[in-house]
Formats: sequence, C-alpha cells, structure tokens
Amino acid sequence: MRDTRRWGPLALIALAAVTAWAASQMMSVQVREGQVRERPSFLGKVVTDVEYGDRMTVLSSQGGWTKVRDGDGKTGWIHTSALTEKKVVLKAGDIDAETAASGEELALAGKGFNDEVEAEFRSGNPDVDYDWVDRMERMVVPVDEAVDFLADGGVEPRGGE
Amino acid sequence: MKKLTLITLSLALLAIAGCATMAKVGTQVAQGTGAISEEQGESLYRATDALALTFEDITPEQEYYIGRAVAATILQRYPALDDREANEYLNRVGQSVALMSDRPETFGGYHFLLLDSDEINAFAAPGGLILVTRGLVACCMTEDALAAVLAHEVGHVANKDGLRAIKKSRLTSALTTLALEAGRSLGSEDVKELTEQFAGGIDDITQTLVNSGYARAQEHQADEAAVTVLDRTGYDPHALVDMLEQMDRRWDPQGHGFERTHPSPGDRLAKVRGLVPGSPDTRVNDQRAARFADAVDGL
Repeated sequence: MRDTRRWGPLALIALAAVTAWAASQMMSVQVREGQVRERPSFLGKVVTDVEYGDRMTVLSSQGGWTKVRDGDGKTGWIHTSALTEKKVVLKAGDIDAETAASGEELALAGKGFNDEVEAEFRSGNPDVDYDWVDRMERMVVPVDEAVDFLADGGVEPRGGE
Repeated sequence: MKKLTLITLSLALLAIAGCATMAKVGTQVAQGTGAISEEQGESLYRATDALALTFEDITPEQEYYIGRAVAATILQRYPALDDREANEYLNRVGQSVALMSDRPETFGGYHFLLLDSDEINAFAAPGGLILVTRGLVACCMTEDALAAVLAHEVGHVANKDGLRAIKKSRLTSALTTLALEAGRSLGSEDVKELTEQFAGGIDDITQTLVNSGYARAQEHQADEAAVTVLDRTGYDPHALVDMLEQMDRRWDPQGHGFERTHPSPGDRLAKVRGLVPGSPDTRVNDQRAARFADAVDGL
C-alpha cells in the first residue's frame, strides 16, 4: 500500500510525459500537395503523396528532412518545410475549430485570408490581374523534370539532402 | 466594477505590449481570486493570443492568398511577357534552385513569370510567386547568373520578407476578428472587415516591393541565401558576382526600378565577393549555354 502511494504520483507523471511526448510526435502537412520519399532528398523515389492537413507521425529527422509514418503505415522522408506542429483545421465550423481555444489554432481554421476574402478583394479591385496569376500557377515543373533539367545541363546537385 | 475594468485593462495592456505569458498568468490570477469570471477570463485568453500573433503566425494557406493578391497587383503595373518558351525555361531554372533552398515547400509551390519591361527589377510575392523583368534577364550572361537572380528572390520568399512588410496593427486587427469569431463561419460584415485588413496588407507589401524596398540587411541575407543555394544546386556561386557586375554597369542612380529599392550593386558586390570561395568555374557546358541562348533570344 505504501509502495503504491509512493509510485502512484510518479506513474502519473510518467504517463503525462509519455502522452506529451506522443502528442509532440505528430505533425500536419501544411502544403497543398506533398511527397514522402524513400530517402531524405528530392532525388529519392516517391513513397506516397500527402495533402494539406494530413497528420503524420514523426519518427526522426536529418538535416532539413523529417522521417514520418502516414495513417496507412507507410514511412518515408518529407522536407520539414512541408510540416507544421500545429493541427490544421480545414473548415470553420468543424468540431476542431469549435474547440480550438487559441488564436494560433484559429488562424489555421480555414478562415482568415482565404478564397472568400480573395473574392471580396477582387470585387473591390477589378483591375488587378488575377488571370496571369492563374496562368503562372499552371506553370508547374515536377521535381523529376527539374532533376533531369539539371542533369541535361551538366549541373550536379551537391545538396538537397 | 471599477476594479474589474482596471484589471481587464491592465491585462489587455500586457497583451498589447507583447507580454502574452504575463497577461495569461495575470488572467489566471484574476480568475483564481474571483476578480473576473471564468467566461471573462476565456475571452481575455483569446484576445491575448490574437494580440500576441505576428507575421510568423500567418499560415502557409493565408500566405498563398496574400501572395496571389500581391502578384496580381504588381501585374496591374507591369504587364506579363507572353512568351511560353521563355517562361517555361525560367520555371525550370527557378524550380531547380527553389528545391535546394531552405524552404523548398510552400503551400502553392514556386512559380516564375517574365515581365515585359526594360526596367531592371524582380518581385518575390509571398508564398513563391516570383516576377522578373526582361531588363533583369538582360543582366544575365549565363544560366548560372539567371539562377543567381532567382535564388536571391527565392531567398526573400524563404525568409518571409514580404510578410514582414505587413504592418503589425493590420495583423492584430485581422487576427482579433478571427479570435472573436471562434469556431463559426464568418458573416459578411466580418469578411468585409477582414478584406479591408487584407487589402491594407497587400498595399504594405506592394509599396515595399515597388517603392521603398527591403532593408539593406534583408537584401544581403537574400544574397547569402543565393550563394548557398547555387552551391547546393551545382551552379557556380561566382555567377552572382558576374550578374551584380553587369547590373553595376547599367546602374542609374536616378532610375525608377531596382535603383529605388535595392542597395547599389557595388555595395552588394563587396559583401558577396567575401562569401564566394575559390575562383570562378570557367568550364562551359555546351548544352547549358545553348539552352540559355535559345531561351533569352529576342528578349
């Protein structure tokens, strides 16, 4: 009985520490589309694609890269700039948004400067040129293409790992 | 009542002063002693969090919408160059250096576009929309030099220099609106209010990019980032020196473009020369030289 009393609080502290550790080991994808790769480099093969808001378990990190496991159990490396420790809430009114107490979480609640604000801004500024912005965004160079482009020009990357 | 107002005011002042932790502790104490109700405490917590936010709390998705509006506003003043091949080439070089930057991933990715202007200038909108004039491309004698220009602009995006130009008071207002409307969809009045702050922020950034320029230290930081990225990518970092020398020859202190917004190339050269080790790579890759000549031909 005395032992239980002595170890009880310690067990609670240990449990809290483990819970906190587990919680800090989850990160969210903060880019619209991203790739998890076999090794910590853009030259590594793609293991799986991820989307904005996907939760990933963090396994380790190396340089600018983080090793993660997705919800399906697939593991690989993603550049750390694609991840945030904050939980991404996709839409205002989601349960997550309702329970989010801090401004930080709310800023991620799909509100703020979004498509709705853009539409309002465009209606007030009809002369700004969004057509070219949209055309610009359609100019996409996939990673593989950039890697081939460098190789064709005899440019040999020394980094990105 | 007087006491309550005083406590609330003190806590709010702490929050405004940026002492979020102090304000939170104060709120806890005030709640604990019964000076304010739990509900009042909650509302103060929210306001405290909102007021403590800075440009760093702008999410990548919000940065994306800010960047689109900044690019659209600049494109109103500087027309795009409708040259598919040249723009494709620009995007290949740009994407290659962006991949090797400290921030290769942004919400909407990096995209590059040529502007039909003789002025020597480039604009990096938040989130990775990068606009470069024909006049600046003319300062580049090689693909490596063009890569240096783009790596410098990517450096501004990675360092979030555009977002830093937004006045703090606007962010505070916008984020307070959000905090007060916790968890529910915004009404049309809220959207209008947010849009006002949004438009103000776009104006802050555009004015900085087009008229006043970033601080000298931010330009030097972007040059440093460019040297690192060129080296990682496999381009010759000396190309930044070459490009700045070309720019120096064309420098017109009375000019309206880049002369107004950047430190003089001479000033930048002095620093950049110290960053670039060894001697220039004089080897010429024929394919690289040919594709560069093709792409810039006629610009």
